[in-house]
Amino acid sequence: MPAVEPLLVLILMLNFLLLGTSRLRTAINTSAFQGAVLGGLTVLVHGGFAVRPILVGLATIAIKGVLIPLMLHRALRDAAIRREIEPYVSSVVSLLLGAVATGASVLYADRLPLAPQHRGSLLVPAALATVLVGFLILTSRRKAITQVVGYLVLENGIFMMGLTLHDAMPYLVEIGVLLDLLVAIFVIGIVMNHINREFASLDVTHLEQLKEE
Amino acid sequence: MAIALFVLPLVFALAALAVPSPRVRPWLVPVGGGLQLVLVLLAVRDGHGTAYSDWLVIDKLGRVALPLVSGLFFACSLYVPTYLRLRPGRPNRVLCGALLAFLGMMTLIVESQHLGLMWIALEANTLVSAPLLIFNQNPRSIEATWKYLLIGAVGIALALLGTLFLAYSALHAGRHGSLLIADLVLDARLLSRPWLHTAFVVLLVGYGTKMGLAPMHTWKPDAYGEAPGLVGALMAGGLTTCAFLALLRFYQICAAAGEGPFARELLVVIGLLSMAVAGVFMARQPDYKRMLAYSSVEHMGILVLGIGVGGLAAFGSMLHLVNNALTKGVMFMAAANIHRAYGAKTIDRVSGALRRVPASATLFLVGFFAVTGAPPFAPFLSEITILRGAVANGRYGIAAAFLVLLFVVFVGMSATVLAVVQGEPPKDLKETGYRDSLGTVGPALLLLVAVTILGVWVPAPMDAAIRAAAVYVETGR
Repeated sequence: MPAVEPLLVLILMLNFLLLGTSRLRTAINTSAFQGAVLGGLTVLVHGGFAVRPILVGLATIAIKGVLIPLMLHRALRDAAIRREIEPYVSSVVSLLLGAVATGASVLYADRLPLAPQHRGSLLVPAALATVLVGFLILTSRRKAITQVVGYLVLENGIFMMGLTLHDAMPYLVEIGVLLDLLVAIFVIGIVMNHINREFASLDVTHLEQLKEE
Repeated sequence: MAIALFVLPLVFALAALAVPSPRVRPWLVPVGGGLQLVLVLLAVRDGHGTAYSDWLVIDKLGRVALPLVSGLFFACSLYVPTYLRLRPGRPNRVLCGALLAFLGMMTLIVESQHLGLMWIALEANTLVSAPLLIFNQNPRSIEATWKYLLIGAVGIALALLGTLFLAYSALHAGRHGSLLIADLVLDARLLSRPWLHTAFVVLLVGYGTKMGLAPMHTWKPDAYGEAPGLVGALMAGGLTTCAFLALLRFYQICAAAGEGPFARELLVVIGLLSMAVAGVFMARQPDYKRMLAYSSVEHMGILVLGIGVGGLAAFGSMLHLVNNALTKGVMFMAAANIHRAYGAKTIDRVSGALRRVPASATLFLVGFFAVTGAPPFAPFLSEITILRGAVANGRYGIAAAFLVLLFVVFVGMSATVLAVVQGEPPKDLKETGYRDSLGTVGPALLLLVAVTILGVWVPAPMDAAIRAAAVYVETGR
């Protein structure tokens, strides 16, 4: 499937955009776009235009590309913040770490024995790289919303890994995973709301009361 | 039947959300929990005919774990109405609903024979625990919930990644890549080794985060420290049991693939590390609820250590699964009573509990001896079995480290526990309106009686079920 590889390259490029940006709005929109690309990828990987792949693809776009970003934008508006000021790791360093993570994923995937249909494809390395980039964003940012974006990117990587198994995974599981994600973001949104009300900020540096003395 | 077992609590959860009266609502929790426990015991007694489909089966592990989580939930649910009467200012609609949903999801995790379904249930369980943790609605509980959600979400995401790796190892072998445990155990020898190894490591980190194994335990002291005591009991005794069960399912596949030694080495290392970390942080711990969290880290370590040593120790580990859950119930509910009586949970403001709340303090003190493995209580029996297993397998180094760490934990924990129960209550202690009563002390006492009886006598059917479970984990049969 020739169209799959360009989409994978696009996803990898979006990873770097996410690592480089300091604007929260851009971060949310980029993760939304990445989610929508995954929807397209789902249809292509499942090999064509049957009813069920298209339904799963549409559900992916609806949840990852529309619903979750809308929730995050609402949280952003309520909290009235725009920028990720002073992340724990500067954006240049995050970009460098992202490049290292991507390179390492390609090397590691090369060492793993791949099934014949995935040899020479970027699917497995791109999935691993996206997981690592998500983890990087999650751990290096201060704002609760950016941490959630990191979690979403991590989930996107895992979703791509799931695509390698489209024969094995019944659609029920894919849909279950998507719904779980939606509910997770919903619950996280409620807790963010509590944080915002209690501390008048979505900065997680306020959350440092609990530790060993 | 298998479906009814997890749907029934969900129905009660919906009912709890619908009931308008905050005084009637809490009673739905023990009624729902009790009904479900009866159904579980019937299903386990019947044995056959419990399989609804390939996806939901009460297998040999389920026959131990299911009565355990349902029994623990029922004991804790008896505490709910009295506890909520002590907290009249707090809305309890969400708490009651979430508690029952929590039971439903625990049941589903235990019954799932499909690794994807099991994962979904565990994720759902994580989500319904968020409203339980944030119950107190103060900055500290919000912080604890945020950390729990974020760390838990990453852990559970890694568990999914590991599950996918495992499925890929089957796909690579040219199999269909089914996620049914029985299929994977059957095809285990064909699985691609590099993928299987990667899968087990990722799964150990993922489900290990849910269990609270060191070094992925950091959410635990915050969550258990800020959550209501009964939620702590359900998480330390129920949720961790389910997460351990999930890990066992993957261990089973690894063992069937002939990769048991690889997995066991990892389990031994992480088990001893968890015990050591718990020992370090328990020493001079001023907050007795955080202390219980570290005790939970320690016992999770003991569980995986037993499986890592294998043989007799694996039997000890399955026995300890039961004992740990029951003992944690005693400790967390007794700690919750002391917390209510003093309005504080650090030893600079809590002392002389034996005078202030004699019954709860006695439970706390006796529970401490049980939890640290003193005879004649049940954890002593299971810990000594793990020790004997280590010696029988010639793992003397592990046996020695195990003994030393148990001793370190005992010493560290005793300082905090004794500071809480001994001495005089502080002079400026405010009246909190808490009194020991049947409703607050009874549930913990019930569990303590069980822990004491199991220490001297394990009923034959239970013994047989635990032995069968241990063999099943190691051989898949």
